[in-house]
Amino acid sequence: MARSCSCNDFTRSQLLRRGAAMAGKGLPRIEPGMPVPAGTGIDRRTFLLRSAGAALSVYGASMLSPRQFEEGIARAQAAAGPSQPVLVSIFMEGGWDALSVLAPVEEAKYKELRPALGLAEGAGRVFSEDENLMWHPSATGLAELHDEGKVTAFPAVGYEPQDESHFTSRHYWEVGQLDANARSGWLGRYLDLAGDPANPLQGLSLDYSLAPALATATMPVAAVSSPADYTMWANGLDEPISGPAVATFGALGSLAAPSPAFAQARNASYDTGLVLDTMASFVKSEEESGDKPSVTYPAGDFAERLAALAAMLHAELPIKCASLNAVGSYDTHSSEAGTLSANLEQTVTALVAFQRDLEARKLDQRVLIQLWSEFGRRPKENGSGTDHGAGGAAFLIGTRAAGKMVGEFPGLTKLDVNENVVPTSDFRAMYCSLLEQWFGTEAGLVIPEAASFERPVLVT
Amino acid sequence: MTREGQGAKKRPKAAHPERGKRTKKQRDHHGKHHAEHKTRRKHHKAARHRVAARPHGTLPVVLPTAPASPPPASSSPAPAVGSAALTLQQAHRLLWRAGFGPGPGQVDALVGQPCQQVIFSLTRPSGAATLTGPEPVDEEGNPLDPANAWGEDHCWWLDRMVRSDQQLIERMTFILHDWFANSNTQVNSQQLMLDQNNLFRSMALGSFHDLFLAVTTNPAMLLFLNGTSNSRWDPNENYAREMMELFSLGADRGAYTEDDVREMARSLTGWRNDWSAELGNYNFRFDPEYHDSGQKTVFGQTGNWNYEDAVRLCVSHPLHASFFVTKLWGYFIPSPPSEATLASLQGLYTGSGYSIRAVVEAILQHPDFFEGPELLTPPVVYNAGLLRSISRPIDTTAWAWLSANAGQQLFYPPNVSGWDFTRWLDTSTARARWEIASYVTSKTYPNPWPATGQPEYSATEEPAAALSGALEYWANPLLSAESEQCIADFAQTCLKEPLASWERSPYRAMRQNALRMLIATAPDMQVS
Repeated sequence: MARSCSCNDFTRSQLLRRGAAMAGKGLPRIEPGMPVPAGTGIDRRTFLLRSAGAALSVYGASMLSPRQFEEGIARAQAAAGPSQPVLVSIFMEGGWDALSVLAPVEEAKYKELRPALGLAEGAGRVFSEDENLMWHPSATGLAELHDEGKVTAFPAVGYEPQDESHFTSRHYWEVGQLDANARSGWLGRYLDLAGDPANPLQGLSLDYSLAPALATATMPVAAVSSPADYTMWANGLDEPISGPAVATFGALGSLAAPSPAFAQARNASYDTGLVLDTMASFVKSEEESGDKPSVTYPAGDFAERLAALAAMLHAELPIKCASLNAVGSYDTHSSEAGTLSANLEQTVTALVAFQRDLEARKLDQRVLIQLWSEFGRRPKENGSGTDHGAGGAAFLIGTRAAGKMVGEFPGLTKLDVNENVVPTSDFRAMYCSLLEQWFGTEAGLVIPEAASFERPVLVT
Repeated sequence: MTREGQGAKKRPKAAHPERGKRTKKQRDHHGKHHAEHKTRRKHHKAARHRVAARPHGTLPVVLPTAPASPPPASSSPAPAVGSAALTLQQAHRLLWRAGFGPGPGQVDALVGQPCQQVIFSLTRPSGAATLTGPEPVDEEGNPLDPANAWGEDHCWWLDRMVRSDQQLIERMTFILHDWFANSNTQVNSQQLMLDQNNLFRSMALGSFHDLFLAVTTNPAMLLFLNGTSNSRWDPNENYAREMMELFSLGADRGAYTEDDVREMARSLTGWRNDWSAELGNYNFRFDPEYHDSGQKTVFGQTGNWNYEDAVRLCVSHPLHASFFVTKLWGYFIPSPPSEATLASLQGLYTGSGYSIRAVVEAILQHPDFFEGPELLTPPVVYNAGLLRSISRPIDTTAWAWLSANAGQQLFYPPNVSGWDFTRWLDTSTARARWEIASYVTSKTYPNPWPATGQPEYSATEEPAAALSGALEYWANPLLSAESEQCIADFAQTCLKEPLASWERSPYRAMRQNALRMLIATAPDMQVS
């Protein structure tokens, strides 16, 4: 039985995806020899996306024809130039234990509250800005960057009153306000304000789906998924019928929609049609790209995505905000020591490699990494783990990070009413400073009640 | 060549049995439906080419959440559609939202029947479910091994969704899996996940109080939210918080304090289990030695509470009924219930002894169910519905990863709050649904290039007949007039006449396959 040649491509993709899904892993890589569809116009920025082992998905590029899309990227690239600042937002999901990341090992109260989980003095590097604190041994890479003045630490960041729900607290951080009903993300609102309607790459989720912090009201943003995503293959369907069929799939997305759910379905079809139009040229195998980082990244999806991001920035793709999830979950109600250590080790190692890669490519002046989590955990341990808490740890990493701690560590003798760490800085103040000092945008246009927050110096 | 492809290769190509039998009744129904759409959106012009859509961002849809200050419960019943005759559109919506989509002929069988009677046939099944059709198998024809093989848990349940004659039971089981969302990533035992699944199924329409108590001591849940790591020496708050926030009361409503979380955790202490390399986690039990037998104050009430009290205190909390009925409502109807309806449903719920069945019946009979806006169809429901519509049994385990790509692998929700029902569709997941649809057709598509001796596809099929045949392939799904026109335009224009004689049959086969894909993946098919 004859099958079209596209079936070979599809088959490989299926196997890759299946293998990836079964292993619980993320993006499979492009294989050498994967067929390159005919077509011209392959350029550096496009094939580097492929070298990321990923195709690009575009969200909300509603008013663009494929050609406008390509031109829009080029135009945004030209307008922004290589000096455009980039913020890379990295989420430590589940609420990481700040008291293990920067452990107050010199405090007597710490040993009392953490008889099992407490880290031993000398196990990790001393935090030079507050010698009562010690870096977790798995965060030694961060300590080294801190020594170089490239890490701004927030040892007790949060908001008051603390909501100890994962989902409410995470949502607050994502939408940049204490409003359970807000829908646009804080980065999405920045992009709605400062973005280019022709540049979906300005907000880039390196994940299977779009990060809520990037949710926009009007501007297009993008997500990266797997290599198979740029084709839509079907049984017994080939040229000359498949082209018009796929165009019709997209056209179905532009019709009237009588309800929000129907509109979401139509919009997704429309945007998928755009992606398909655009993806045809986004093809080149990794071998042909010639882009090899000079640093060695560790294995794993997170590191691979960071490596891809560095390559994309090197190609001057017009990215303003990128979003990733760090390795693992930090919701360590039990078995915390091993889980936290393993996840932190992998995350920090990849981040250090990313920073070194940026430095080697001379991109480090342009990029700031924000490491955040929805809250810190309870000082008093519950056996082998810790419950939800309040004040947590956040970091800004980058050559241009001010490198000066924001808010001191408040100690464990004075806890809040729920026996949690009292925050000494507000995440919204961090956002306001980032918007103004990094992006050069008026924070009040993005963060409600921005005037009520301090502006810590975050950038040099 | 994939296993799917091999399967398709082995199977002789046969005309779809339903093809060409679209009845006049069905055509009339479609015509009527289209007329309704045209009335509603009469300014619309059918698009022949891609047109620029209005600006749209990437915001989630809004689903109802229980208000912080709900109205008091009322004993007056909520409005109901009663015994009016079920329309075609209503039948489609009911079968997609209360089950997993219509099988061939099912809509026609229900149209014209009294609404209430049809709904009761879903909510009041008798006896054990009947699974009609071939048993589920993998690519090689082997029985599934849901307790051990990756993805076969997903396919085992998908089979029940496809074949069970008690569709609402399966749909409620699916809802409860999201309500009490446990993932095998942490539980790490497919058998324990299947046991929990059977628990949901057996209590899907019973008392929520009984169900909540059973879930609280269910081994998968005890592992997932650290119930057996919660002792009087080291209280662990994980289950205590989520049982209030996600399962019974809701966040940000002032229903409980952080002190309640702590006291609730103490109340729940006492569960243990053993572990061995051979058996994994086993011997789940309540051990009074591990229970904190002191006084605890929860919601202002003080006593020596235990896990049974913990559940009772939650379901008797003044904000529980409004939480329960609103959350359940949101799985069936995307617009929020009115104050009066919320009051009535709360009264019905508490007055019936926390009966899930009573509330589901009222929701399905509510005019908002039939008259309100569309609801997004979850990926698993979409997949099951396509299989049902062509009567294809589970004969591959590919559905597990295909569905995962579309955003939903059964037994692996992303976290304890379940899947995000407000953001099902984006450019990644829309494409993944196309992939699902393509797989569904893999054993029944006409091959444009049949081997010598195999029958060729019609070389003369007209566009209208092609479209009608493609609709029949999927058991005549409901498309909006605009979408059907757009697809009809494609059917009309995609063959560039004059065709060479060798092109006539293959290109018509391709057109048929394209039409089937466009119908199955149309935005209309992602909502009900």
